[in-house]
Amino acid sequence: MVQPPTQNAVEAVGLSRSFGATRAVDGLDLVVPAGGVYGLLGPNGAGKTTTIRLLATLLRPDAGSARVLGSDVVSEAAAVRREIALTGQFASVDGDLTGAENLVLQCRLLGHTRRSARARAERLLVAFGLDDAANRLVATYSGGMQRRLDVAASVVRTPRLLFLDEPTTGLDPRSRHQVWDLVHELVGHGTTVLLTTQYLDEADQLADRIGVVARGRVVATGTPDALKRSIGGDVLEMRLSSPADAVRASAALAELTDGTPSLSETVAEDGTALLSVPLSVPVRRILDVVDDAGVAPVGFDVRRPTLDEVFLALTAEEVAA
Amino acid sequence: MTTAMDISPVSVLEDPLDESPPTSATAAVRAFAWRSLLKLRHTPEQAADAILIPVLFTVLFTYLFGGALAGSPRSYVQYLLPGTLVMAILLMTVYGGLALNTDVSRGVLDRFRSLPVWQSAHVVGTLAGDVGRYLVAAVLVVLLGLLIGWRPDGGMAGVLAGVGLAVVFAYALSWVWAVIGLLARSPQAVSMLSFLIQFPLTFASNAFVDPDTMPGWLQVWVEANPVSLLVTAERTLFAGTADLGDVAWVLVASAALVAVFAPLTFHLYRRRSA
Repeated sequence: MVQPPTQNAVEAVGLSRSFGATRAVDGLDLVVPAGGVYGLLGPNGAGKTTTIRLLATLLRPDAGSARVLGSDVVSEAAAVRREIALTGQFASVDGDLTGAENLVLQCRLLGHTRRSARARAERLLVAFGLDDAANRLVATYSGGMQRRLDVAASVVRTPRLLFLDEPTTGLDPRSRHQVWDLVHELVGHGTTVLLTTQYLDEADQLADRIGVVARGRVVATGTPDALKRSIGGDVLEMRLSSPADAVRASAALAELTDGTPSLSETVAEDGTALLSVPLSVPVRRILDVVDDAGVAPVGFDVRRPTLDEVFLALTAEEVAA
Repeated sequence: MTTAMDISPVSVLEDPLDESPPTSATAAVRAFAWRSLLKLRHTPEQAADAILIPVLFTVLFTYLFGGALAGSPRSYVQYLLPGTLVMAILLMTVYGGLALNTDVSRGVLDRFRSLPVWQSAHVVGTLAGDVGRYLVAAVLVVLLGLLIGWRPDGGMAGVLAGVGLAVVFAYALSWVWAVIGLLARSPQAVSMLSFLIQFPLTFASNAFVDPDTMPGWLQVWVEANPVSLLVTAERTLFAGTADLGDVAWVLVASAALVAVFAPLTFHLYRRRSA
């Protein structure tokens, strides 16, 4: 029987790996569709790096299984390695060699002849803006330069799936944007990128889809927008002329919204008050109720929760559960 | 300041080797051996202490003790030089283990291990590249010897055969260091252990003096010490009176070291890195 071509870059089911008593990855389910950028978002110690190492065949799972581009990461590890490239959390380049030598080594290991390896390394160095530093030891490179060299080494042969483990940790904003540009270009070329990050803005900027990781599991998945909507959806923010108005309005609204906790009042410095109401009921009804309570708002704003709010809500749920 | 990415990286993405067959094991080993030699070139000072000791010993022993031990420095150096040559090469064997110890604690190992190449090529290539170090040490000691009066009767052929045999044994011994390098917690621990193991091996041998004058218990060790066997074989090769039995014994000992320690290294490498 012929298997249908796989549509997913990664399919993991119940993936688990412990180190001693620590369950770093604990029954993780993950589906990464082919194409685009998938962001694994989570705090330090959530299990992101272990997940990447399991998927990149660097670690064997204790339980569960994973297929990368259709091949099993344990029984078909060699096939997986032919399709992937990895840029690790700590520079996966050799500080004792020059930038050029690092790339030539990578080329030779991927089957280039001596001459074509040198030519390929040279092109990559130029393309990544490292040609001036080509013959310097990598140990003398800045963090941003090491990262660029690292990514260059990962595209010696264009991988179908690129793992980037915290690609911008410790980089200055300029180098960070350079890495982001690079990721966009790779994706435009058809490579699927699976990246981990602890930065919400990075996930928001780069990822088409996000998996939120906490305690070794994926606790939520979706597009950044869908995730933001998932916790109560959009929010109506009303500016009221005094805190007293806010108290009256929120008392009137409590019945309408079943006393949702997201109904929040804050008092601004100028004496006005902000009332946030989740848009689980139509805006019109909210305004009617407020009007009936004899309160006239001085301003409105409809906004989406920030990814920060989503993240805190999701990881708080996980801790509570 | 370089304007980074003047040329779009995408322009270099069009040259994929997707259709090329996987790299052969030998090509991968060669690539890693090349890496090992590059490190020797970039940081020659790393090997300086290992080469300084035998050079100092050659000069000091020849002139300090030569007269007392063998009548004259010139006649003692005929006896001593095969010993210091072996010492020089064997002290270099620890570098493979040191290099592996450093690599497994660094991110670069993740890159190597995620490549579609034979997983042990990294170990085999690293140790193979160190043959370059052994040859550098050998050439330095041989030249120094010739300078201070060593005259091997075996001629050029004898010297080449002698250096070749010592390098074969050193390569075999380097697998022991590979195991230690993979077990030790830090490069410092590897260096410390190397000091503790190398010195009894090289000193409690027939490298410097004839064991006839040693107490009986020490003679037992010195006779059994593989370094003594190697030094004896070297002396006969340099003298042009090679005893094939001695040479064969060294080759058998080398094969035995590799047969035991290479599989152990591969096993530890897979475990340490996973």
